[in-house]
Amino acid sequence: MGYSFTAPDKNWAREPIERTEILWIIIAGSWCLFMFVWMIAWHWIGNQNMNTEAYKTFTDVYAKKTEEFTKQYTVRQDASDPSLPVVAPPPGSDVYIAGSIFQWRPVLELQKGKSYRLHISSLDYVHGFSLQPENINFQAYPGYEQVITVTPNKAGTYGIVCNDYCGLGHHTMLGRIYVKE
Amino acid sequence: MAITTAQSPFRTDPLTGLRIDLTAQALVKTNAVLAVVFLLVGGLAGLLVALTRWPAVHLLPADLFYMALTAHGLVALVVWIVFFEMAVIYFCATSLLNCRLAAPKWAWAQVVLMTVGTAITTVAVLQGESSVMFSAYVPLAAAPHFYLGIILFAVGALIGCFVFWGTLVIAKEEKTYEGSLPLTVYGCMIAVVIAVFTLATGAVILIPAFLWSLGLIKSVDPMMYRVVFWGFGHSSQQINVTAHITIWYTVAGLAFGAKPMSEKVSRTAFLLYICFLQLGSTHHLLSDPGLSASWKIVNTSYMMYLAVLASLIHGLTVPGSIEVAQRRNGLDNGLFEWLRKCPWGNPVFSSTILSIIIFGFIGGISGVVMSVEQINMIIHNTIYVPGHFHGTVAGGTTLAFMGLTYYLVPVLFQRQLILKPLAAIQPWLFGGGMAVFAVALMGAGTLGVPRRHQDMTFAGQALAYDYGGMNQLLMAIGEIGGVISVVGGAAFILIIVGSILMGEPVPANAKCIVAPPADAGGHKKIGMGGFEAPGTFVLALTLFVCLVLYYFVNFKYLATLWPLT
Ligand code: HEM
Ligand SMILES: [Cu+2]
Repeated sequence: MGYSFTAPDKNWAREPIERTEILWIIIAGSWCLFMFVWMIAWHWIGNQNMNTEAYKTFTDVYAKKTEEFTKQYTVRQDASDPSLPVVAPPPGSDVYIAGSIFQWRPVLELQKGKSYRLHISSLDYVHGFSLQPENINFQAYPGYEQVITVTPNKAGTYGIVCNDYCGLGHHTMLGRIYVKE
Repeated sequence: MAITTAQSPFRTDPLTGLRIDLTAQALVKTNAVLAVVFLLVGGLAGLLVALTRWPAVHLLPADLFYMALTAHGLVALVVWIVFFEMAVIYFCATSLLNCRLAAPKWAWAQVVLMTVGTAITTVAVLQGESSVMFSAYVPLAAAPHFYLGIILFAVGALIGCFVFWGTLVIAKEEKTYEGSLPLTVYGCMIAVVIAVFTLATGAVILIPAFLWSLGLIKSVDPMMYRVVFWGFGHSSQQINVTAHITIWYTVAGLAFGAKPMSEKVSRTAFLLYICFLQLGSTHHLLSDPGLSASWKIVNTSYMMYLAVLASLIHGLTVPGSIEVAQRRNGLDNGLFEWLRKCPWGNPVFSSTILSIIIFGFIGGISGVVMSVEQINMIIHNTIYVPGHFHGTVAGGTTLAFMGLTYYLVPVLFQRQLILKPLAAIQPWLFGGGMAVFAVALMGAGTLGVPRRHQDMTFAGQALAYDYGGMNQLLMAIGEIGGVISVVGGAAFILIIVGSILMGEPVPANAKCIVAPPADAGGHKKIGMGGFEAPGTFVLALTLFVCLVLYYFVNFKYLATLWPLT
């Protein structure tokens, strides 16, 4: 006799567990174990994993690196926004992109099927790097430089949307990546 | 000791037979009323936000939108919920243990500090200089009193936790109950343990942020801020989970005379929460730079999903205990007779069962999937995230709290509920609207729509990205669900406030409303195929199949993306 809100029977710790519960614990527990193993296994069997390569940096240092990189590989100004340089780095190289209020710079032009070491950082606040329509999302911090090796596998025009709040102009913060055949 | 007890007047409540400490009752009432008032404020802010994110309406300009969103997050998530939790822990520790409240003066200090803190932070937000979202990531700066208010609020809540502990100590010393703590009080105790280290973590990061906003320290590292902040921000969600699961168990007893299927299993599951739930703070950091994969995996999985296992267990044992009770009371035919003959029009029950379903099927499944290290990359910071947590904290926690409120208003205020027909549909409006809202947002998030964003059409932007008609539609459907949910929330507030002010007094000779214990007639054989709760088992398997399918669907999608290493 009793409720959840009255003191339990004296021997509650020795009461047998009913079959419904035991079976459920076994099923749920096995699935939990599976999910744990699968998440580890995906580092070997999957091709989409977060690289943990990252560096502490300074916003002015990173700004300068991005600037130099931009100068080196600029091929044209963007057709939609002529103030923005379009940068086409060679495959396999280090590529720098910087978020700052309210823009992701520079615009990149990559080649399909080639790998690039993409560096992401912020020059001021915490920003979100959201690649659309792939819907790949990373958090970008000032003072931390993250390096991810990306291999675009479809040609097209990709948007970069800022998806973490960074100030009143947050919803105007965009960038772009072109992927050529 | 005995002398102090004698000074504190009690009354015996006719509806529940509980002996209620009048000081505690005043505190429970005050906290609960403040909670409901803030739910109103938070809900109105939520309405404004929803009407802005509905593309065809697009109500607020950017500055007001971000202000309303900051207010909504803080007031709905933090203020409403924590005030209500204070009411719950005071009530459980005193009335259920037949004990007086320890240190009532400190408890009043809790009320004052939390109210003043809320007022200060709200003023800061309304002044417009602190539209930084409730998470306030540095180096985005809010006005100093924004942080100060939150700190005062947290100190108040911490005091409330110690008053609860003090009450447990007194109850034990004065032997006001026999044997082990009731499961409900035990659940509250688990929530309070989690709360204490959660609030301590909050202090560790909000105090530096406060000092920084005053210019007293030069900078706070943005990554350290986010890591520690979520130790506070996510762990507080685990308090909510523990609290609302405790309420599920309680309502199962009150409404059906159910007792836990197995005390041992339920208590062990709660214990797993203490051990592992706080690791889940990592969920917010899975797409962050520099944190090692093994650190992420161990933490995001709550150490091999042991806390998820605990939630899956509660998800079975609560409805399972209802099934067992119904079957013992004679509804033993077939798989689901017990369920069909539940009191679906009783808001106490319908709030609770909808809370269980929404929390499990929407909040739970999405939470497990999005917290996979790799899957998180396709969900992080999209509108999927608000979809998920409205399934947990609005459809789950808030709805469970509503259900308990329907039960406790006649008990604590000695007033009968008014507008009973409205009360019968209110949980369906709030829960149904919230379910539509959550699922539609999860859909839009899967397609990339960002959270915390005032204009997904990027009107006038050179680099505008087109999210497409499907996403506009999903956002519209979601926000219509949101508006329905606001109507449900408003109905709740109307009924509760109306009942308190204008309800018929409960007569002194009122009948007891606690269902008699279902196992009073001894242990006759119930169930099917050796299962005492076969219907619940089938429902649990349904959840299981949904979870497994959804898990692999996401991996299948993930596998088509740009390879990333
Ligand atoms: C009453 C109906 C409600 C509606 C219509 C509603 C609507 C919304 C909307 C549209 C957002 C914005 C999503 C975005 O743009 O990122 C949001 C965010 C949020 N809501 Fe609600 N909500 C409701 C109830 C609740 C409740 C009851 C809670 C908590 C108990 C809650 C907690 C939150 C939180 C924490 C956020 C995130 C704020 C942020 O991103 O900083 N909401 N809500
Ligand atoms: Cu931004």
